[in-house]
Amino acid sequence: MKTEKKKTGTLFTANTKQLIITYGMVIAAYLICEICILTGNMSNQMKGLLVPLCYYVIMAVSLNLTVGILGELSLGHAGFSCVGLFVGAAFSISMQDMITAPYLRFFLAILIGALAAGVIGLLIGIPVLRLKGDYLAIVTLAFCEIIKNVVNVIYLGKDSAGLHISAKDTASLNLEETGTVIIKGPQGISGMPSDANFTIGIILILITLFIVLNLIHSRDGRAIMAIRDNLIAAESVGINITKYKLMAFSISAALAGAAGAFYGHNYQTIKATTNNFGYNMSIMILVFVVLGGIGNIRGSIIAAVILTLLPELLRDLSEYRLLIYSIILIGMMLLNWSPKAIEWKKGLAAKFSGKRQAMKEKKHSEKGAQ
Amino acid sequence: MKKLLSIVLVAVLSLTLFVGCGDSSANGNASTTWKIGGIGPITGDASVYGIAVKNGIQIAIDEINEAGGINGVQIEYNFQDDEHNGEKAVNAYNTLKDWGMNILIGNVTTTPCLAVVPLTAEDNMFQLTPSGSSTEIIKSDNVFQVCFTDPNQGVGSAQYIGANALAQKIAVIYNSSDVYSSGIYEKFKEEAANQPFEIVAETSFTDDSKSDFTVQLQQAKDAGAELVFLPIYYQEASMILTQAEAMDFHPLFFGCDGLDGLLTLQGFDTSLAEGVVLLTPFVADAEDERTQAFVSTYMEKYGEVPNQFAADAYDAVYIIKAAIEASGATPEDGYSAICDKLVAAMPTITVDGLTGDGMTWIATGEVSKDPKAMVIENGVYTNFQ
Repeated sequence: MKTEKKKTGTLFTANTKQLIITYGMVIAAYLICEICILTGNMSNQMKGLLVPLCYYVIMAVSLNLTVGILGELSLGHAGFSCVGLFVGAAFSISMQDMITAPYLRFFLAILIGALAAGVIGLLIGIPVLRLKGDYLAIVTLAFCEIIKNVVNVIYLGKDSAGLHISAKDTASLNLEETGTVIIKGPQGISGMPSDANFTIGIILILITLFIVLNLIHSRDGRAIMAIRDNLIAAESVGINITKYKLMAFSISAALAGAAGAFYGHNYQTIKATTNNFGYNMSIMILVFVVLGGIGNIRGSIIAAVILTLLPELLRDLSEYRLLIYSIILIGMMLLNWSPKAIEWKKGLAAKFSGKRQAMKEKKHSEKGAQ
Repeated sequence: MKKLLSIVLVAVLSLTLFVGCGDSSANGNASTTWKIGGIGPITGDASVYGIAVKNGIQIAIDEINEAGGINGVQIEYNFQDDEHNGEKAVNAYNTLKDWGMNILIGNVTTTPCLAVVPLTAEDNMFQLTPSGSSTEIIKSDNVFQVCFTDPNQGVGSAQYIGANALAQKIAVIYNSSDVYSSGIYEKFKEEAANQPFEIVAETSFTDDSKSDFTVQLQQAKDAGAELVFLPIYYQEASMILTQAEAMDFHPLFFGCDGLDGLLTLQGFDTSLAEGVVLLTPFVADAEDERTQAFVSTYMEKYGEVPNQFAADAYDAVYIIKAAIEASGATPEDGYSAICDKLVAAMPTITVDGLTGDGMTWIATGEVSKDPKAMVIENGVYTNFQ
């Protein structure tokens, strides 16, 4: 009833309106931040957080494509990001002398990072997407750990003869005197040019949103959601299950890779550990998606922003910071998703908008239950 | 309803952003007290080191403030958590900058330190790391170290073993995922080529596989090693000692400053550590007055025996005090000018601290002090001859 009203009453359909709100929210946040920076009102802490915020937003949105739209639980999202980061960053470092235009180099690095992660996602997806639910979750978790461990044995160096790679130690790279080591096994990658900034991050978020939202509202997206909702029904109407599953999975992986490459160019040195690009991070991103609402892209953005900011804003609490953070997280999950809380919020919203309908409905259903 | 919810959410989002905007970035420059910031892991796996450093700095600052401050100016202190993670370390650094920090003591561990160093170099903020020992850290001019660099420890250990003819056949077990451990190992191996002993087994482990060392020990045993060199931290070393005992393998164990803490580890049978030799700048049992005063204050306040990290941190504050006094810097200068003055003063000062007498610095940031070789006998450190 509501949607009909909108269709006739305004210029846009309800759908377009939702899209405008999503894009508008990102652009508004960008403008607010830029104004704060220009007027000198932004703290160093916030300025330093802008790039990681963009990174986590892209990660959450892209994971939502797998978890919310495709309906498969993936715990390997950090692994794809890790692939993108190391490939993109290694590209940037080795091309630093050849491509001097920073934006072009950065653009190529992100593209190559995304491609690498996308291809890995496709390769992993072919065997893995035959699994469902818990099994898929465990396999992707294992994959994430494999990526982390593989990255931790690679040594990569560069000298005038080109790139040298080894899986043993720095000495076995046989570099010339002037050569530099790019990836130092478990000590991570270092020497990335610091190309990442907030504006590029926002552009990447918008591109990610554009890809994900357009996919959802396209014919392919409807096919993907049909698979999520009822596999057998989808198969019976002739939807190519493997193709659409792989499509969603590898697009999600490629976006994570692009985000990783972007993130990598914000720090001078990055090391793949359990917390960074291990399963802990995969789970953290899943937490963003779950809190924001599975399948709700806008919710993912908001949850990623709030949950990344929260531990930083709580720094005043010193040792209790992470404890309080966890408690708030539990509280937020309950408030957002427990049936009672949802009911209470509905009641509250109905009161505010002056419509008693929701209340009446509630009373009605309660009476019915009695 | 949905629309309303969206609007509320958008409002929340914007509000969160404004929260950050609210703090005006008090350009951190001029202040009336010394604002010393510290960064280290006080939660997570590496928290032992971070907490020790945090407490060590606190004790030194309390002492100095009680005695009237540096040149009559009191010190304020703020320690931020980095969770042993580069990203969080950068956040911690930015938070401290908002707080108005003049001088940074940090980071405690090498990996986060490497993430912060480019920022302090760009801002020209004076940074003194109590325990970040990689040579990569001091590549910028504004960064100085209190502890030995890894290469120094590696070379020093090899020379010490060679000069004292401790063994002919040596096995090494190191942590390849740790910059500290593999840094020492690489230099040890290089220097070993010039020494009258032979490395018969080199085995490594990573942070993901640090509970079972029987394979590594078996390899060392099969190769007939008389001495096992352990450039690692004490938690893993305690497991190696326990497992070596279980397989009846009794070589001489030789370690670096990371082994300090072995005797205070809870649940560890210290009799297993008998005869372990370590090169360390600080021992809590030392006889001198300074160390004893520090150890008793630390015990009283925090209820445990301080380790080398706490001592390095304690020294770091006194080093900063000496450098400020030598340079005549004042908090009103702003952090960049303070940094210039302190960097110029560092090579000229000599500090007697807990971790060494007559510590001096070269302009690159490296400290020069003598490591002491200690052996564990009857549950206490004694000088090794």
